[in-house]
Parts: sequence; structure tokens; C-alpha cells
Amino acid sequence: MDLLIFLILFPLIAAILMLLLPNGEIRDAIVKIAALIIAVSSVYLFIETFGKGISYVTIGSETVGMAILLCELVVAIFIIAISLKFRKYIVAALAIVQTAILVYAEEFASVETGFLNELFVDEFSVIMALIIGIIGSLICVYSVGYMKGYHEKHADVKDNRKLFFFVMFLFLSAMFGVVFSNHIVWLFFFWEITTLCSFLLIGYAMDEIAWKNAFWALLLNTIGGVGFSGAILFILVYSGNGDFIYLNNLIAAGPVFAMIPAALIAFAGLTKSAQMPFSSWLVGAMVAPTPVSALLHSSTMVKAGVYVIVRFAPIFELSYIGVLISLVGGVTFLLASAIAIGQSNAKKVLAYSTIANLGLVVACAGIGTQEAVWAAILLIIFHAVAKSLLFLAVGSVEHQKKSRDIEDMSGLISTMPKVAVMMLIGIAGMFLAPFGMLISKWATIHAFVNALPPFGMLLIAMIAYGSGITVFFWAKWMGKLIEVKKKSSPLKKEATSPEMFTLYCLTGLTVITCLLFPLISGFMIEPYIVEVYNGTVSQLLSLNNMLIMLMMLVLILLLPLSLGHFSKGRTVVGQYMGARPGVSGVSFAGSMGVTKEVELSNYYMEEFFGEEKLSKTGVILTIILLIVFAAVIILNLPGMVM
Amino acid sequence: MTFEFFTNSSFIGAVLFILFAPLIGGIVMGIDRKITARMQGRVGPPVLQPIYDILKLFEKENMVVYESQNFWILSYLIFIVVTGVLFFAGSDILLVIFALTLAHVFLILGAYSTGSPYAHVGAERELIQLMAVEPMIIIAAVGLYQVTNSFDTAGIIQSTFAPVIVLPGIFLGMVYILTMKLRKSPFDLSTSHHAHQELVKGLTTEFSGSTLGMTEIAHLYELVFLLGFLFLFFGTAAPLIGIAVILIVYFLEVFVDNATSRVKWQFALKSCWIVTAVLGVLNLLALYLI
Amino acid sequence: MSYLTKSPWIIHYDASSCNGCDIEVLACLTPLYDVERFGIINTGNPKHADIFVVTGSVNEQNKEVIKNIYNQMPKPNVVVGVGICACSGGVFRECYNVSGGVGELIPVDVYVPGCAARPEQIIDGIVKALGILDKKYKDSKKGGDFK
Ligand code: SF4
Repeated sequence: MDLLIFLILFPLIAAILMLLLPNGEIRDAIVKIAALIIAVSSVYLFIETFGKGISYVTIGSETVGMAILLCELVVAIFIIAISLKFRKYIVAALAIVQTAILVYAEEFASVETGFLNELFVDEFSVIMALIIGIIGSLICVYSVGYMKGYHEKHADVKDNRKLFFFVMFLFLSAMFGVVFSNHIVWLFFFWEITTLCSFLLIGYAMDEIAWKNAFWALLLNTIGGVGFSGAILFILVYSGNGDFIYLNNLIAAGPVFAMIPAALIAFAGLTKSAQMPFSSWLVGAMVAPTPVSALLHSSTMVKAGVYVIVRFAPIFELSYIGVLISLVGGVTFLLASAIAIGQSNAKKVLAYSTIANLGLVVACAGIGTQEAVWAAILLIIFHAVAKSLLFLAVGSVEHQKKSRDIEDMSGLISTMPKVAVMMLIGIAGMFLAPFGMLISKWATIHAFVNALPPFGMLLIAMIAYGSGITVFFWAKWMGKLIEVKKKSSPLKKEATSPEMFTLYCLTGLTVITCLLFPLISGFMIEPYIVEVYNGTVSQLLSLNNMLIMLMMLVLILLLPLSLGHFSKGRTVVGQYMGARPGVSGVSFAGSMGVTKEVELSNYYMEEFFGEEKLSKTGVILTIILLIVFAAVIILNLPGMVM
Repeated sequence: MTFEFFTNSSFIGAVLFILFAPLIGGIVMGIDRKITARMQGRVGPPVLQPIYDILKLFEKENMVVYESQNFWILSYLIFIVVTGVLFFAGSDILLVIFALTLAHVFLILGAYSTGSPYAHVGAERELIQLMAVEPMIIIAAVGLYQVTNSFDTAGIIQSTFAPVIVLPGIFLGMVYILTMKLRKSPFDLSTSHHAHQELVKGLTTEFSGSTLGMTEIAHLYELVFLLGFLFLFFGTAAPLIGIAVILIVYFLEVFVDNATSRVKWQFALKSCWIVTAVLGVLNLLALYLI
Repeated sequence: MSYLTKSPWIIHYDASSCNGCDIEVLACLTPLYDVERFGIINTGNPKHADIFVVTGSVNEQNKEVIKNIYNQMPKPNVVVGVGICACSGGVFRECYNVSGGVGELIPVDVYVPGCAARPEQIIDGIVKALGILDKKYKDSKKGGDFK
């Protein structure tokens, strides 16, 4: 399986190349070629491993192990140095603690770990690799067009595109590392790199607010890092069995041995996947250029967070630790969705919806039953595709309209029809039957009813309210896009061609993943679940229901044909504006010859869904949950330490 | 019993729904108008009046602001029918609920697409209503599952005892939101059969002729579906009581419709959610104690 | 008979009426006369309406309004002028701001004279309008005027 090593190393090489090449066509071409190679090789990986189950790769060299440890120290030193330079002492302190724990663990390890099976690949890894490989590289292609325009428009930002593309590819490399690592120290190494990459990308504009948000992200993620290194410490020093440094052994060992490291790593996962109380870093991350947001939200970073939690899901089945994780996810889902209602900034809506959806994934993973894990993985897939599409579409609109406000997207279907339709498909993918996310939500409800009572019902209540809220904020956005007061002619060129190419691909992917989801489920997710749960998989969604979903989808795809019929023989008359319209159509004629133009704007209901109030509630609730979480871990500790 | 899509019984259920729901819905609506008239000391229209109204709408010119609005409304109608078909064919109730939401989103988008200020406010309010009722419906579905161990309506309806016995709170909650779903006063915020005119006709302001006809047909289908949903709480264990209770509930809806005036959306949203929390969620939690 | 005659929805506009006729129009909706018996509904929306009931005379301020409402009504539709003001301008005919009956602006199908027109008369006029509505519908079907 040299392919795994290739997938990790190739983006790294591409990244280094980016540092060397100057801005220009050659670099742009190489970005596209590298992206293509990455995408193709991830698809090749899928074909290669198809139906093979889990397989391991042994590097077996102490040198590589040492090198990774060294690199890890370098990363840590870089983080510490830059934090000190910017006087972020807390970040530095946390980074020092984290490194100290790691070094201590390595130095005083009571167990022999050996070097065997450091990398592995199974269906879940492949799914993640496809997400990273295809969506991640599409985003890189998009960036080629976007960043050019970005620098034309933001003359004050230093053109540092060399660094930008370097970090983008490095990010992909690290993400492949995260999903292929079996050795937990390696996993942690790649994990730290993703933290670092996101820090650099968020701070890309290098102004005050960018640095502030970048450091905030770094701070919250190093808190998670401390948790992660705690897990390593526990395994190496206290577990009494060096095999547990390998993911597969740890998970196979079951909750009795694995609960504490799993809980600690899941805690790190919560920070990385921006769950409350840590969610603020992801919201702050939107200061970065749009492709960065797309990358962070869809295929990398936050997905690394949920990836590890879902990995450990079997450990959490029917445990209190699991329930607590689920509740954190559930609260995050509910409140983040509610906050999204009050936002008119498109990127902020997307950010909160990401947080909410990840909350759902985390909630499923905490439940840990077969059905829940199935739903979680589906959520990850659908979310990645639809969310990247939406971010990039918003980015393209922002270039044209100079605004990322949803109110300014009024009537977009008339001015930028292609992008608007793609955005509509993306939004539909986020919340409507029979599109992706909804299938997962459905499975989630099925999964929650079987969760540890009575917490299952609490989660059901959260998802019930949350799904109503979700409908509201997405549908009003859709409404804004198609609300045309007065027809105007569409723009000739809606976006640069790399941008349009990426958008077309992602739209296609959104529809195709929905059409193919029975296959994805049958050939990828179910085998993984069989493997992990050592047994047969119960019927998750009956074939009948899948068929109905498909029929509905086909129906939706066919319905636009009716537009042809409706465009004939209709009497077109303007809007009814009361009895006294102004001359210009959508306006009222007032007295004394005054014309009042109509302004239509959506409801934001801030008195109910204010960001500040709800975030505060969320943070307090989840901190309480995490305190209980810590208490449960500490209470369990004596019994676990050998 | 599990649900098989292409079995005879479910097929018959689906076909019967498609064919007769508009008629039954029309008659129920007609009786509704008759009772309303009697409550006001009037004679009222013929019982088949709602059906005449719809037939008339199809005789009129189809006047549109943009042609695309018909597409949204056709989709609305079709997905309301799909909702009912899935329901009466015995499919997964969550799927039914999602199809219903989808249908309503189409209606709302149809209103948005006209770019009319009145339709816009109507659409926003309809969305608020959608958000207000969704939690209760999902909780009702889960409650029915907890009692009957089936998500399929085919299975739920064959429960050995009437689920309402252990789900009284959820049933009452459903009755509460039914007012909103039927767009009856005090929750006729988005559009109304009464002559409230501050929003003209709200949601449906820009629909005329066959477009309006399609929304009216969809209303009839939805009405039958909603009454069917209530019937699940009784099932085959107590069919007659079920029908009697539904008739009483519907009569109460008409009474409330005539006795109250429209409330603000703030109240509508808050009250629905509180009712859902108190009656719905507590009922769900209480199931563990039984 | 088309269904138009079984379900005529009206929109009522008060041009410059003295309110006498308006009150009589509204009286038709009360339990005593109960026009809903004939399926008649008073909608506030021209796009839903079949019959345009105008009371009062036309003046400079409401010309646009009347034309606008009329243009927003889908065909087939009929216009009923209620009260002598709507027929000819009535007692206000000579006012400096009044230009006359509704017929000067849009084609009126039925005139219901009277000052004020009695509810029975108004209902009678509307029933008469139904016949015209029906005829218009049938003509348009033959001629393929709309649809
Ligand atoms: S006809 Fe007579 S009652 Fe009617 S509006 Fe004119 S003046 Fe008033």
C-alpha cells in the first residue's frame, strides 16, 4: 500500500513546490495538475481497496518514528515562538504543557510500542480520503481563480499566495495523515499540523483581526491538544500495554481499557470540530479568504475532529461518557442552528450551520450504536459536499456583489442564474428531503430512539426543535435567492472559469451522492460497521425507503421540466401593490407625488435568536456538561491505571 | 407488520387517497363553512362549495408575475400528494413528515418567487409556522414509535391498543398545532379564508386561476392527511372512538376559528414551542416511567 | 353553466362614494342576506376576484386605482357599478373633481342604480352579472381568448 504514503507525501511535495514558484500561470497550472493527481489517486485508492476491508502498512523504521517526533517538536517550538512573539502567553503555556506531556510520555513510557502497522486504511478512511482528495483539491482549483480576484480587490493585504498554496497543500497532506494513521502519536502529529495550518490560513490577511481570530483558534485547539497528549500519556505510561498506541488495538480492546484515552481524544475532537463551548474559533475563522473557510468547514480541520470521535464511537456505546458527548453535540446542534436564524451574513450562517451539523455528527458518535455511526458517517459525507459548494458559491457571489450579506442576494436567480441555481441545490442538500443531510437526519432520529434512556428522548427533543429551526433559516435564504422584484438581465460572466468549474463539479457531486447513497451505504459504510461491531449489520434503512427517496429525488429533478409548459400562454401582470402602485412597478405611490420603493427583507427575530444570548447559554451548558465529563473521567481513573 | 411499497394493501391505500382525498377534503371543508355560517346565524354555502371554487379557478385565466411561480406551486401540490400517498400506503412516518416539509417549502418558495411584498410577509409567516409546528410533529412520530415499536404507519395503525391512552399529552399537542396547520384563526397568520386584509391574501396574493386552484387542491389533500395523522392515535384498536374524537376535534377547531382573533407571530411561535415542550417532551419522558 | 357562476368572488372598491352604497354592499354579507349562500365571497385581492364591485363616482385621485384593480383581475371578469354615483356620477356629477361614472374608465357590465342601492338590488345585479360572466367564459373558450 504505497498509495497511502504517496497520498501523504505527494501533497507535501506539491506544497514545497508552491513555496518555490512565483505567482503566475505556471504555478496556477501546477496547482491544477497537483489537485488532479491528488483527486485521481484518492479515487484510485478507493478502487484499490474496494471490498478488501482493513489493511495495514508497516513502515517499521525507528528513524521515521523519531523524525515524526522531532517534527512534532519543531511544530511545537514554532507555535510557542510565534505565541510569545505576539504575547499570547496562554497559547504558549498550553503548547508547552502539551509538548511536555508528550515528551514525558515518550521518555518514561512504561511499555514497548514497537513499529508495526503505523498506517492503515479501511472503508471509513477511504471515505474520508475521498472527501479530502476530491473536495479538498477542488477547493484548491477554485482558489486559483478566487485568490487572484481577492488580491485585486484587497490591495491592502500582502500578496502571499506562495504561502497560501503551500499551506493549502500541506493541509491536505496532514489530513491524509490523520485519516491513515494507526499509530496514535502519528495521528497526533498530523493533528497538530492541521492546527498549525488552520492558524496560518485564518491569519492570512495579517491584520489585527485576522491575527486575533487565528490565535483564538490556536488557543482553543491547543486546549484540545493537551487533551490529546493526555491520552497518549495515559496509554504509554499507565495502560500497561504498548499495543494500545495503535488505534485498531485500542478500539478492539473495548470500553474497559479504551474509555479514558477515547474520552480524552474525543475531547480534543470536540475542540477541533468546533463544538460548544469551543465553537467561536470557527466563526472567527471566516475572516479568512472564502476558499479557506470552505476547506476548514467541509473537508479538513473540523472533519478531523469528528473523524476521531466517530472512530471511537463503538467505545461510547451505552456509556455515560458517550451520553455526555452526545449531549454536548445535541446542545451545539440546537443552539448553533438557532443562532443561524439571527444572522444575515451568509458566511456566518454557513459557519453556524457547520457547527450545528457537526453537533449532530458528534451526538450520533456519542450514542455509538451501529445505526448512529451509520448516520454520522453519512452526515460527514453529505455535509462535506454541500457545504463546500455553498461556501464557494457565496465566495463567487461576494466577488460580484461586493457583499456577503444574504439580503444583498435578493433576486440572484435573475442576475446570476447559474450560481443561484447551484446555491439552491446546495441549500436543498442541507435540509430538504430527499437530499443528503435529511437522509442522515432521519437515520439520526432512528438512532436516538434507541439511545441510553432517558437521554435519547432529550436528544430527540433537541433534534425536533433543531430541525424546525434549520428549515427556517435555510428556506428564507432560498426565498431570498429566488425573490425577484424586477427581472434584470443576467451577468455575462458570473465567475472565473476555475471557480465555475469547481462549482459545477460540486453541484454534480451533491446530486450524485444523493443518487448513489444506497450504494455508498451498502458498499462503504455497512462493511465498515460490520467490521467494527464484529457482526452482522441490522437493516438500517429499509430498501423500500431508499427507493422512495430515490423516486422523490428523480421527481424533483424532473419537475423543472414543467417550466417549459408554464412558460406558454400565461398572462404576465406585475405584482399587486395595493391599489396604488408607483410607476416603477414594485413601489407604492404615496401622496404628493412621492414614490416609495419596496424593500423586502427577511425575518431575523433577534429578540428570540440573538447571537450573544444563545452563545452564552450554549457555552454555559456545555461547560457544565464538560465538567461532568471530566468528573466521570477522574472517577474512572483509579480503576483504569495499571 | 413492515411496510412493503408495492403490496396490494398499500397500493390500494395510495390510490384511494389520490382519488378520493380531494372529494372528502372538499366535503369536510364544505361542512366546515356550513357550520361556521350557522354559528354566525347564516345559512351558508352548499356543502360542495369548496369544490365549486376549485373548479371555477381552473376556468379562469392564469395570471402570473413570473412563469416560474407555477413550477413551485405544482411541486407543492405534487409533494403534498406524495406525502399523503406515503402516509396512506403505510410508509415510514418520518419520511412522510419530511415530504410534508418539502412540500411546504415549495409553497413558500412559490410565494417568495413573486417578489410581492404581501406574499413576502405571508411567506415569512408561513415559515415561522412551519418552524413552530415541526418539533411537535417529530415528537409525535417518535411517541408513536415508542408505543407501537414501528415507524411505519402500517405498523402504527395496527397497534393492539389505542396509542392515545399513553400519549394524551402528545395528542393534545397535535390538536393544538392542528389549528396552525389548518390555517385557522387564531393562527391564520400567513394567509386566511377570512377577510383579514392587512396582507391582502398573504402567501397566496399573487396566485390566480389554476395556480390558486392547485394550492386549494393541495389544501384538501393536506386536510385529509392531517386528519389521518390524528387517527393514528387510535388506530384499528378503537376506530369508532377515533373517528368520533376527530369529528369533535374538528368541530372545536371551527369553533375556535370563529371565536378568536388572529395573534401575532411571536405568540404563535412561543405558544407552539411551549406546548410542544410541556405536552410533547414531558409525555415522551413519562413513557419511561410506564 | 360554468362553475364561475357557482363561485363568484368579488372585490369591492369604494371610489368616491358617500359610504351609503358601501354599507349596503356589506349588508349583503350579513346573516339577513347572506350572499355566501351563492358562493359569493368578498376577497380583498383582485387576482382572486371575478366580479369587480365599484361604488361611488370616479375622480382624479382614484382613476389609476380603478384601472389598476381592473387590470389585475384575471379574465373572465365582470364589473358591477353599484349606486347611481357609479352609474353616472349621481349627485356629485357636477363636482369640480368628479369625472362621472365608472363606465367612463372601464367597461361596466351591470349597473345597479339607486341611492343607495338596496341589498336586494345589489344581489340581483350580481346574479345578472353571473350570466354575463358565464357568457364571457363560453365566448372566450370558443375564441381561445385566454389559456
Ligand atoms: S349612490 Fe347615493 S348612497 Fe350610493 S354612493 Fe352615491 S350618494 Fe352615496
